[in-house]
Amino acid sequence: MTDTHGAVPFHPNVRTALDNPQIRGNFRRAMDGLMDKRRLAFDDWELDKLRTLGSAVRLNALHHLPELLEQLDTRCRANGIQVHWARDGDEACALITDICRRRNARSVIKGKSMVSEEMELNHHLEQADIEALESDLGEYIVQMAEETPSHIIMPAIHKNTREISDLMHDKTGTEPSLDARYLTASARAQLRERFMNADVGISGVNFAVADSGTLCLVENEGNGRLTTTVPPCHIAVTGIEKVVPSLDDVAPLLALLTRSATGQPITTYFNMISGPRQPDEQDGPEEVHLVLVDNGRSEVYQDEELAETLKCIRCGACMNHCPVYTRVGGHAYGTTYPGPIGKILMPQLMGLDQTPDFPSASSLCGACGEVCPVRIPIPQLLVRLRQESVDGDSLHPAHVKGHGVKRGRLEPWIWRGWAWMHRSPALYRLGTALAARFRRLTPSRLGGWTDYRRAPRPAATTLHQAIKARRTHRRPS
Amino acid sequence: MSSTAKADILARLRQRTHTSPPPERDFSVLEARQWTPAERIERFRQHLESVQGEVIRTTESELNQAILDRLSRSHVRRLLLGRNSPFQAGLAAAKSGDLELHVYDQPIETWQSELFNEIEAALTTTLGGIAETGSLILWPTPDEPRLMSLVPPMHLAVLRVDQLHDTLLQVVREQRWSQGMPTNALLISGPSKTADIEQTLVFGAHGPRELVVFLVDESGSGA
Amino acid sequence: MTDSIKMYPPKPDRVYLFGTCLIDIFYPEAGLAALSLLEREGIDVHFPDDQTCCGQPAYTSGRMDEARDVARRQLDLFPEPWPILVPSGSCGGMIAKHYPHLFEGTDDAARAEDIAARTFELTDFLLNVCHVRLEDKGEPVQVAMHTSCSARREMGLAEVGPQLLGQLSGVTLKEQAHAAECCGFGGSFAVRHPEVSGAMVQDKVAALSETGVQHFVTSDCGCLMNIDGCAQKQGAKLRGEHLLSFLWQRTREDRTHD
Ligand code: SF4
Repeated sequence: MTDTHGAVPFHPNVRTALDNPQIRGNFRRAMDGLMDKRRLAFDDWELDKLRTLGSAVRLNALHHLPELLEQLDTRCRANGIQVHWARDGDEACALITDICRRRNARSVIKGKSMVSEEMELNHHLEQADIEALESDLGEYIVQMAEETPSHIIMPAIHKNTREISDLMHDKTGTEPSLDARYLTASARAQLRERFMNADVGISGVNFAVADSGTLCLVENEGNGRLTTTVPPCHIAVTGIEKVVPSLDDVAPLLALLTRSATGQPITTYFNMISGPRQPDEQDGPEEVHLVLVDNGRSEVYQDEELAETLKCIRCGACMNHCPVYTRVGGHAYGTTYPGPIGKILMPQLMGLDQTPDFPSASSLCGACGEVCPVRIPIPQLLVRLRQESVDGDSLHPAHVKGHGVKRGRLEPWIWRGWAWMHRSPALYRLGTALAARFRRLTPSRLGGWTDYRRAPRPAATTLHQAIKARRTHRRPS
Repeated sequence: MSSTAKADILARLRQRTHTSPPPERDFSVLEARQWTPAERIERFRQHLESVQGEVIRTTESELNQAILDRLSRSHVRRLLLGRNSPFQAGLAAAKSGDLELHVYDQPIETWQSELFNEIEAALTTTLGGIAETGSLILWPTPDEPRLMSLVPPMHLAVLRVDQLHDTLLQVVREQRWSQGMPTNALLISGPSKTADIEQTLVFGAHGPRELVVFLVDESGSGA
Repeated sequence: MTDSIKMYPPKPDRVYLFGTCLIDIFYPEAGLAALSLLEREGIDVHFPDDQTCCGQPAYTSGRMDEARDVARRQLDLFPEPWPILVPSGSCGGMIAKHYPHLFEGTDDAARAEDIAARTFELTDFLLNVCHVRLEDKGEPVQVAMHTSCSARREMGLAEVGPQLLGQLSGVTLKEQAHAAECCGFGGSFAVRHPEVSGAMVQDKVAALSETGVQHFVTSDCGCLMNIDGCAQKQGAKLRGEHLLSFLWQRTREDRTHD
């Protein structure tokens, strides 16, 4: 769970995760499989062009964000959807709790929604004595284990079948089994009852379409459709950045989303909701609500470079391809969104002071940026956030919440010294020549470096010296 | 309260100064995805079968029998039809004794538990199909409500080959979806599934375990 | 995988060599090998004596003021319109891809753009501008190659190293598992997140060792120092070498007298 009082304890979490061979094994296997599937899924595509379109579609939508949100609001209302706006997570939770109260709801069934995780909705509902049950199988498992998702697409990816079997046995009395089919069938049976009796269904939204007032949901299990169809009231929750102008824009995003996420050309269901049940209809919810949540996004929006973060369509490809995520897993991050997207989004939403180790926790290998379907320049944004962390650019003053957290006392002087030496060729040549001359004095322990590697030792001569010698040597000939 | 939230959020968003114009959206990479009618059928079939969907090619005249054969193969005894279903008369005439035809003509509230617990299969029409991804397009209507394609363990759907399109983009544009959408519209691309337990793919999560598409070819070249 | 189509100039008579500070201090033989390989192609190589560092350590640490300060000095070093060759994908990428961003909006923007546009990674230049034909004079050997992330992704050079090695008749290139994965170096990352970085490099050493080779090559000294240092610490048989050193040693005329 996100700790809003103290900063995220990334380092201790990382150490715990690295010491757990099972976590490393689970993630490595899973991520290897996902990477292969993604590659195959784009086999017959001009992927560069498709990503360029995906990026353009998202940038265009963001460019017109306020207008599109107003249009979405108007169109949804015209379709009979009740639209609510929330400045932050608490306000959104209060709105949703109110709707539930008004309907005397006791039991809520939920489809997968990362925004609801972000604002800890279940916790809020619980406090209002409303039971919220997750229905996506992965979320259901994670909720039963009283954990948080470790991946934005596959919430329970950190668990193996045996652990899930034990958990289901403990909590629901399911017979222990290593057969995923059996466990899935058991969850299906248990949840069917709950769907039938739920008072309210709460879901996320993948794309909100402004011109037709349509909410699009992408899923495989059918739990999302049940959540949005069976209970008499459906509440859809979404971040304000999810709006696009029209269904035309959805086509490329959908093509990119499912292939990037799990290597599927499409998910089983693509569910487009444009209104509550009409008088002549036999099923569907009689009330549909849309809750538009800001929760820091309008701040992220202010800076055009950082606003690229808002292009994200939550496919998870960046984490699937991230060598850091693959090794430490999602929980080490301690935030709703883990992996590369988490490393650029969470510092902006929570403040750099709350996530001080996030921007630096990357080798900048670029794997995330290479696969991101909407071309978010994640490595570039990490560098930008590093700059914000140290207030490192007098030409572009830092402004992200909690900036300067890593400025340090000694560090600025070290860097000033470094710049001073590398700005003066004579000094640099002297310094490097001395390093070569006294190479045997190189310390054999260099912090964390030498925990895993031998300390590097300067060569006997520098390249500068060697080239000079070569020139002198050659001149006579 | 929420009207001020709306005003606040919009005001904050409008404070941003745009330094670059919105980029051009070049859809050609999607528009280029076109196939011949034969390729379309093949692609549709391949995609659907790769996710354990079943495609049965048939003709108009053989459709009813194909449906009944398929139902009897799975020993389906309770089949749900839409109100005014185009298949009702034909199936009723040709069916054998132990198949019951139920019609979804009541609000869900009055028979929810029967739908969830007793109906074994549902037969629906479709608005078309998408070759690119092997998807069915469904626009549920008062006659063919939403839950038909979701709750029963088996979903049978009839698709005519001339309704098979290349891509979602093509459908959205040609059928002018932006001008107005039904309360609920769907793309369905296989039986429901999950891989949430250690990446093991399991069919039949919360929706149907089986999806059977009857691909009807007017030209009679099917089956 | 880069998207911009790269334009290669015709083979020039003269080039600049930007040696990089890691080569300068730790692997000068790689810089000398670069010099020799280029000269063998009939190219006159100018090594500006006043070069220091491209500024990348400060840049990736977010210290833009210091990065700009140091980088600006390098802008002065290349007055002639000759190509600038860098024996490192990482430092080459810094100049070619990040200088324009770093100097955007400053008086040096145009100069930075110009210099970025004529900066090439050195092995890329050998292969695609010089069209080298390498004649192998060494004993048969098996090697593996680690392509740095900057060379692979930023510069789009994943094929270059393997193609050069492919010209050497006695060399068999073995591919390791997860070849495209980062070795865990990442500059300050290795210092700020030693545990994760350590896990990554240990995995890389294991993957390279599992191919059965005792030698690997790479064209980036950061990766070399990282992987080789870890192999040494572990007492593994695996040893690394800069690709340029390896190419030169295998093909030099006086090889047998060494
Ligand atoms: S940042 Fe890109 S790759 Fe990562 S989840 Fe978002 S869209 Fe997917």
